[in-house]
Amino acid sequence: MIVQAFAFYLFSAVAVAAAVMVISARNPVHSVLFLILAFFNGAGLFVLLGAEFLAMILVVVYVGAVAVLFLFVVMMLDINFVALRQGFLQYLPIGAVIALVLAVELILVGAGWSLSGEGQATAVDPTPAAAQISNTRALGQLLYTKYIYLFQAAGLVLLVAMIGAIVLTHRRRPGVRRQRIAAQVARRREDSVEVKKVSSGSGA
Amino acid sequence: MEIGLGHYLAVAAILFTIGVFGIFINRKNVIIILMSIELMLLAVNINLVAFSVELGDLVGQIFAIFVLTVAAAEAAIGLAILVVYFRNRGSIAVEDINMMNG
Repeated sequence: MIVQAFAFYLFSAVAVAAAVMVISARNPVHSVLFLILAFFNGAGLFVLLGAEFLAMILVVVYVGAVAVLFLFVVMMLDINFVALRQGFLQYLPIGAVIALVLAVELILVGAGWSLSGEGQATAVDPTPAAAQISNTRALGQLLYTKYIYLFQAAGLVLLVAMIGAIVLTHRRRPGVRRQRIAAQVARRREDSVEVKKVSSGSGA
Repeated sequence: MEIGLGHYLAVAAILFTIGVFGIFINRKNVIIILMSIELMLLAVNINLVAFSVELGDLVGQIFAIFVLTVAAAEAAIGLAILVVYFRNRGSIAVEDINMMNG
C-alpha cells in the first residue's frame, strides 16, 4: 500500500510539473517533449488504477502518434516563436483569475459530492473480477459486442479525419513531372510514332 | 495513506485547470493551445477511468477509449489546418486568423 501511494504521488507530481512546463516552456519543442512526459505519467496513473489497456493505448496513441505529429509540425513550420510570446504577461492576470475560479468550482464540487454507496449494484456493465479475466479481455468483450456500433462510428471518425488531413495538406505543385499510368496505358502507336518517307539518294 | 477516488479527481482537476490556464496565457500560439486541449482531455480521461474503477463499471473505460479516438482525430485535423494556414499566410498568430470575418 505504501508503494502504491508513493507511485501515485510520484506519477501525479511529475504529470502536474510536466503540464506546467508544457504551457510555460519558451521553446515549443520542449513543450511537446513535456507533453509526452505528462502522458507517460498519465499512463502510469492508469496502470495504478488497474486500467492497463487504456494505459497502453495512451502510450501508443498519444506518445506514438499525436505527440510525434505535434513534433513534426513544430519543427516543419518556420515560426518566430519569440514574437508569439508577446503578451504572455498581459494575459496572465485574466488567465489566473479564470483558472482560480475554475479550481474553486472544482474543489466545491469535489467536496460537496459523495457516492451513493450502492456501488456495483447500479453499474451498467459491471467489471468482472480481475482474477477471472484481464482488463483488456473484459474491454474487448464489451466493446466488440454491446458497443460495436459506437466502435464502428469511432472508426469512421478516424477515417474522416485521415481523409480530411490528407485533402487539406495535399498540394499540387505546377512543374512537377509525375508518372501518369492511365496516360501511359492509353497511348497508341499512331500518337507517338510517325513514319516519314525519305526519298532515296537525298540523304546527307 | 489509502489512495482513493478523491486523489485521482484532485490530480485530474489540477491538470484541467492547468490546461485552461495554458489556453489563456498562450493566446497567440495555436500549437500550445492545441497541446493545452490535449492536457484537458487527459484530465477528463483520468476522471472517467477513476470513476470506472471506483464504481466497478467498465463503461467509463469504453467511453475513455472513444474520447481518445476523437482527441486523436481532432489533433490530426487541427494540425493539418495549421499547416495549410501557415502555407497560405506565413504565420500562425491567432490574431491574424480573421480572414472570414467579412
